[in-house]
Amino acid sequence: MTINNDSKIQDASQEASWINVAGLHKIYNTRAGGQTHALSDINFSVKKGEFISIVGPSGCGKTTLLNILAGLISKTEGSATVSGHEVSKPLPEIGMVFQAPTLLPWRTILENVMVPVEIQKLNKKEHLHKAKELLKLAGLEGFEDKYPSELSGGMQQRAGICRALVHSPSVLLMDEPFGALDAMTREYMNVELLRIWKESNQTIALVTHSITEAVFLSDRVIVMSPRPGRIAEIIDIDLPRPRTLEMMNSDAAGVYVKKIRHYFNAANVIE
Amino acid sequence: MKRLRNKPEILLVPAVFVFVVVLWENLINKLEVKETILPTPSRIYESLLVQFDSAFFWHNLRVTSQEALLGFIAATIFAVIAGTFISQIKIVEKTALPYLVGFQAIPKVALAPIFIIWFGFGQTSKIVMAAIIAFFPILINIIEGLKSADNDQIRMLRVFGASRAQIFFKVQVPAALPFFFAGLDVGILLAILGAVVGEFLGSQEGLGNMVLVAQYNFETPAMFAILLVLSVMGIVAHIIVKAFQRKFAFWGENSNIIGN
Repeated sequence: MTINNDSKIQDASQEASWINVAGLHKIYNTRAGGQTHALSDINFSVKKGEFISIVGPSGCGKTTLLNILAGLISKTEGSATVSGHEVSKPLPEIGMVFQAPTLLPWRTILENVMVPVEIQKLNKKEHLHKAKELLKLAGLEGFEDKYPSELSGGMQQRAGICRALVHSPSVLLMDEPFGALDAMTREYMNVELLRIWKESNQTIALVTHSITEAVFLSDRVIVMSPRPGRIAEIIDIDLPRPRTLEMMNSDAAGVYVKKIRHYFNAANVIE
Repeated sequence: MKRLRNKPEILLVPAVFVFVVVLWENLINKLEVKETILPTPSRIYESLLVQFDSAFFWHNLRVTSQEALLGFIAATIFAVIAGTFISQIKIVEKTALPYLVGFQAIPKVALAPIFIIWFGFGQTSKIVMAAIIAFFPILINIIEGLKSADNDQIRMLRVFGASRAQIFFKVQVPAALPFFFAGLDVGILLAILGAVVGEFLGSQEGLGNMVLVAQYNFETPAMFAILLVLSVMGIVAHIIVKAFQRKFAFWGENSNIIGN
């Protein structure tokens, strides 16, 4: 009976939190024969439809954490679940956007967006419609049959986001997706991302170097500190939605940025 | 006019050709060089016209083209099979690599006499020769190409749950295509070389055989004429391979490709 009760409790908690990370450790063996403690006792959960950012100075393990959630690298200890499934290999309900657009140069934009559909052998006809819809939403209508080299960096990255969304994943993982873009394009992409997120209702975990970007986009910001990588604080961003770029000039936003920057300074890293 | 300013080579390339030919013609006449040593361009041209009129020449052209083409196709097929295994299975690569390096060090031309003993004076020995010479650059480009796939692209496919076979066919094979065509480009020229070398060392027909016969009779203009034909053969083969490359590997125009 107790077992039954326990599993019920677990079910209930899963409904509340879509991503669940508990007691997670990652230890790398270094080439010199030593060990690097990349992640130490990471605990957090993300609700369905929530937008969280993970920030921290270089070497704090934020990308490692995202790669574990993506099923790309193994964890040493603890658990990481997405919609109740322990992540031990890439899960179909996850979409990922990378630092570089990583489009395949021999495929048209539409064919690139269809890559996850082909890999997961989903219904092509159905998803072709979805892919075109996403491209339209991302402002890439009319570029379906162009090749990646014919598009600007920002447009390529937007196509990369469409690709991450085409198979309707419940979770979108983003690894510094706008890091390579100039400041203007980056701001524009942030606004676009919020628009797409609002329409698609995904749960998003974004890794970023930019504190202002994290504050602007997120419901919560996970601040990490390095050596070993651990969570310094999780900060609720209590700014109203829909958010505008002007809001970032407000005192409230400034307080959040300052608070997060404090941790960066404490780690003695200037970013 | 605008086109000429942007691409002056359109005018310069033929101009250099005319200049060299005129200079050559006049120098030979002036210095009274013997035709058996170095004929004038006009004599070579005359000899070429004589060749074009003879059925014998066309037969030999077909023989040599056939040898080179069949050798090239065989080399390509073997290179694709070997390259796939070598690039995909670590232990095969580790085992095969020393042999490949060793075999590549052999001056392949020196194998021709052996092939003539094994396969006779007919076309077979020339096809084998062409295949052996063309094989290595094609193989090495395939191996390099299959390994050239971008790690980020592979990572991207893995996130979406791709199997090893899917990664191979959706990223590694397309990524290898520009390299593959670069290998074919080198390979087809080497196949022609292999066929002609094979003919030099023992044959009854083929363009290489014609060069030998012309040499026997001190018909130097004919030797030059056939050399010209062989060059045009190579250029045509190169253009055909390039056309395929532009169609099937259009994105790789600027990628780092190993020549030979």
